[in-house]
Amino acid sequence: MIELTYLRYEVLRTWRNRRFLLFSLIFPLVLFLTVAGAHRHAVVEHVSFPLYYMTGMIAWGSMVAVISSGARIAAERSVGWTRQLRITPLPTWSYFAAKVFCGYMMALLSMAVLFGAGSFMGVRLAATQWFVMIGLLLVGLIPFAVMGIMFGHLLKLDSLGPAIGGVTALFSLLGGAYGPLITGGFLFGVVKVLPSYWLVQAGKTALDGGGWPLEAWIVVAVWSVICSALAVRIYQRDTKRI
Amino acid sequence: MTETSPVAHPSDRIVAQGLTKSYGAVRAVRGLDLELQRGSTVALLGPNGAGKTTTIDMVIGLTKPDAGSVSLFGHSPTAAVKAGMIGAMTQTGQLIEYLSVRELVSMMAAIYPAPLDVDEALRISGADDFADRQTRKLSGGETQRVRFAIALVADAELLVLDEPTVALDVEGRRDFWSAMRAFAARGKTVIFATHYLDEADAYADRIVLMSHGRIVADGAPTEIKATVGGRIIRATLPDVELSDLSAMRGVTAVDRKGDAITLNCSDSDATLRDLFASFPLIRDIEVRGAGLEEAFLELTVDDEATP
Repeated sequence: MIELTYLRYEVLRTWRNRRFLLFSLIFPLVLFLTVAGAHRHAVVEHVSFPLYYMTGMIAWGSMVAVISSGARIAAERSVGWTRQLRITPLPTWSYFAAKVFCGYMMALLSMAVLFGAGSFMGVRLAATQWFVMIGLLLVGLIPFAVMGIMFGHLLKLDSLGPAIGGVTALFSLLGGAYGPLITGGFLFGVVKVLPSYWLVQAGKTALDGGGWPLEAWIVVAVWSVICSALAVRIYQRDTKRI
Repeated sequence: MTETSPVAHPSDRIVAQGLTKSYGAVRAVRGLDLELQRGSTVALLGPNGAGKTTTIDMVIGLTKPDAGSVSLFGHSPTAAVKAGMIGAMTQTGQLIEYLSVRELVSMMAAIYPAPLDVDEALRISGADDFADRQTRKLSGGETQRVRFAIALVADAELLVLDEPTVALDVEGRRDFWSAMRAFAARGKTVIFATHYLDEADAYADRIVLMSHGRIVADGAPTEIKATVGGRIIRATLPDVELSDLSAMRGVTAVDRKGDAITLNCSDSDATLRDLFASFPLIRDIEVRGAGLEEAFLELTVDDEATP
């Protein structure tokens, strides 16, 4: 159980971090409003363009939210704060859990904002569709949340911004968050083993009323396990020397 | 020079045995044995590179020793940290952003089983004047006070302070140590590292002097001074050979600036008798106890030769 007062202050810190709000909330929203607004009545893959684009922006925004939340550990490491925490009774997993919690909180906020903007553009979905979409997104974000914690221990503070920006942009682009980039051939096979592809598909499959195929669950599970194992190794290497 | 009472129990003591730690070719700590009674205030004194920080990091479980063990009131460092028995202020470290001072200290208080009242910790540390300010807007001295408040708010059995007054001015240092004393007076054990000799002398009831990873002296401040003889004679004496002075009984070091001579003595009574006998014209004689500074130099310089 995470100490609630501790968690409350972590949430407060997340909320007060304007740069964090900008990248995980404002950017996807602005991109959505501009791009979807310009093609408001278009139809792509049998759905309205605003709905199609909304699912992509949700995947992008929520991915940025959970990765950056964990990656903020790099900033706290650089000022010696994680070292300070190691001489308190706070278990390491609680520290990470609080970061993941804040990342998910921002991801949900990002979803809410984009859902709001979507309905403003005329997007209408049934309750079950919302429910399935959010559920799949929350599961699909797990590998990215773990990746964030890994980056938090891997990166130096000054390389953090560009690295997170680059990684999330690459995952989003290849996964089709900005539109389907690759739809066939050998490369499509590669794209389908990316967790970001299934994060984008979470929105799309929910529209059909269905969930992910088995393939998606396997991809997300494998990425989660590999990233966790790497994160643990990197964490241990990081704490050994100090 | 370890004080062990006949009824000493592991839960009343901090015991370090054979602590050893190397970083590559640098042997930071070389077989350190130490035993502290609960409730004592102990200074780890030594120049930079003496192994003070490495010792402290091993005591609080931040660094794993290559050999040796630490028992904190009968617990391993890791268990003691988990139980919230340690409040510590490490040598370096900044604060996290996006919180006010009071919020940050409250956040830390929440993770200890029996914390001190947050306002009390802020008051003792002197951070109450700027409790509502954001942590990124603090000066170096203010940051140190907040870090002290964080160490205090644990209300832990053992308070560990690694060179805590580095960023403070003279007044800040005085305030800091009186706050530390107030905390220690509640029966808490305090270990602090410093290279400010006056601080160890004034605020510890025991000084452990370290040099090159070893303990070179251990005792009450007065004992440390006694160990090295500890008297300095100053006088005015023109036209004297330094070699004549150093040949006298009880003299360990001599120095001359113009007509003024300074003698470091292990037996100042004998030196004075010799001085009067040999130099009847000697005047302006002044005898004082050597400060910790002299004791410190004498003990640590000798060790320099040892690899």
